[in-house]
Amino acid sequence: MNNAQILIIDDEAQIRKLLAIILQSNNYLVNEAVNARDGLIAAANHPPDLILLDLGLPDEDGQIVLKKLREWFTKPVMIISVLNSEEEIVTALDNGANDYIIKPFRAAELLARIRSALRLPANINDIPVINFNNLFIDLSARTVKKNNELVKLTATEYNLLALLAKNEGKVLTHHYLLNQIWGPSYINESQYLRVYIVQLRKKIEDDPNRPTHIITESGVGYRFIASE
Amino acid sequence: MVSALSYFFVEIIGYRVVAYLLLVTVSILALFFDILPVLLAAFLSALIWDFFFIPPRFTFQVDNAEDFFLLIMYFVIAMVHSVLTYKIRQIQKETGKKEEKANTLKLYNTLLNSLSHELRTPISTIIGASDNLLMKANNISEENKSNLISEISVASLRLNQQVENLLNMSRLESGSIQIKKDWCDINEIIYAAIKRLEENNIKEHFININVKENLPLFKLDGGLIEQVLYNLIYNAVIYTPLNSIITIDADCINECCVITVEDTGEGFPPDEIEKVFEKFYRLKYSKTGGTGLGLSIAKGFVEAHRGTIKLENKYSGGAKFIINIPTETSYLKV
Repeated sequence: MNNAQILIIDDEAQIRKLLAIILQSNNYLVNEAVNARDGLIAAANHPPDLILLDLGLPDEDGQIVLKKLREWFTKPVMIISVLNSEEEIVTALDNGANDYIIKPFRAAELLARIRSALRLPANINDIPVINFNNLFIDLSARTVKKNNELVKLTATEYNLLALLAKNEGKVLTHHYLLNQIWGPSYINESQYLRVYIVQLRKKIEDDPNRPTHIITESGVGYRFIASE
Repeated sequence: MVSALSYFFVEIIGYRVVAYLLLVTVSILALFFDILPVLLAAFLSALIWDFFFIPPRFTFQVDNAEDFFLLIMYFVIAMVHSVLTYKIRQIQKETGKKEEKANTLKLYNTLLNSLSHELRTPISTIIGASDNLLMKANNISEENKSNLISEISVASLRLNQQVENLLNMSRLESGSIQIKKDWCDINEIIYAAIKRLEENNIKEHFININVKENLPLFKLDGGLIEQVLYNLIYNAVIYTPLNSIITIDADCINECCVITVEDTGEGFPPDEIEKVFEKFYRLKYSKTGGTGLGLSIAKGFVEAHRGTIKLENKYSGGAKFIINIPTETSYLKV
């Protein structure tokens, strides 16, 4: 039932082949490009449902390719990046990437990220209710229930949780969250974010030390998970 | 030479003794200076002796045949002496260099040995297992197929870990480590390290975590500290028996973030405690595996924070690593 079209832009033949096999065996249609130029042309000729973009391309910086894509391409772009480049990832997310995956990656993780990126609705206000495991969030009534019991949240806690939940599956950077919830002057005051995340986890997670809903993306931001 | 001037009034002891004093001065100079200044000193001191001390004084003239002979001898001895001393020093220098080279070579060999072992074992597994799977003529049972595949998976994870170690080490060595400090919840970092160990299929020990209640946030590079903890816990898991207990404590003492990782294993041999943080150092008689990089990376990352890491054996048995990092704290309440 998938049949979503995915464009891979990566110069490493081995990675392209691996990605193609993983994706095709999960019923995605795959198109490949070996450099930035070909990738931009392929994206324009046959606009895919999702683009997997490697940042280290031979002919052009992946960040620039991403910006060029974002001038017209509105569907998800997922970054494939090497280890230890949190700053680059944050820049890519700021430049409009939906998500990132780090090489070497696990196939299951990749597929889960792709599924969740493709599921992202065009208008995030379309999902008034999130119901996952024992957690129930009603975005129109502004209520949160855990195991059918109402969870008491402060206004800020609720706003933070709602923002994360609306972007389910997507990484939100520290700067983005601070700016949205506290305002532009708090953009570097990450201690607020840390403290509120700890509080939220205590209220909605079964084991706050092993969170299953609010996931830390080290050095980058947070991701809300509400489905398998 | 300057000292020679002070010998004006040593005249009382006789000018011949002065020659010996000058000779001693030149010998001492030869120990510290290069060949040219020493030869110059020898030459000048001979002239000085002649001019100032040999009667008739304050002329270069030498009346006495005996004195003339002495002057020549003085000159020759001073020259020979300075040349010999210089040569000895040259030889010493060369041996020092050779020793240094031999030490570097030894270190390099140790590195190559442990590296080639650590990298080749997983590579051999991957090549062997995948070859086996590719051979169509082979009649491999489904069970063995999946065994081979999981061997490949384990080997790749191991390889990945070694590469990560090497990258971290070279980041430290090249001095390109940049600390990116941000507010950190130390509890979260400890659990992140443990989660990563679990994801890498590292066998499970019982791990106790005692993070003190109401700890402040610390300003640290979370990624580096997670790696430090990962390395310490990894070591404890790998080198202690399965039934031993690992305990991690975190506290805030005098504006310092203090984290300890202890186990109930056998501890370290006391004479090797000092050396465990050295690059490529591996305990004598330790089991194979490991490149001897984990603890030196931990030390490097802690020191990049201007902190300290210590290892001690507990009275009750087992090893205890103590990390102490001076840092800003934030007791923000919501």
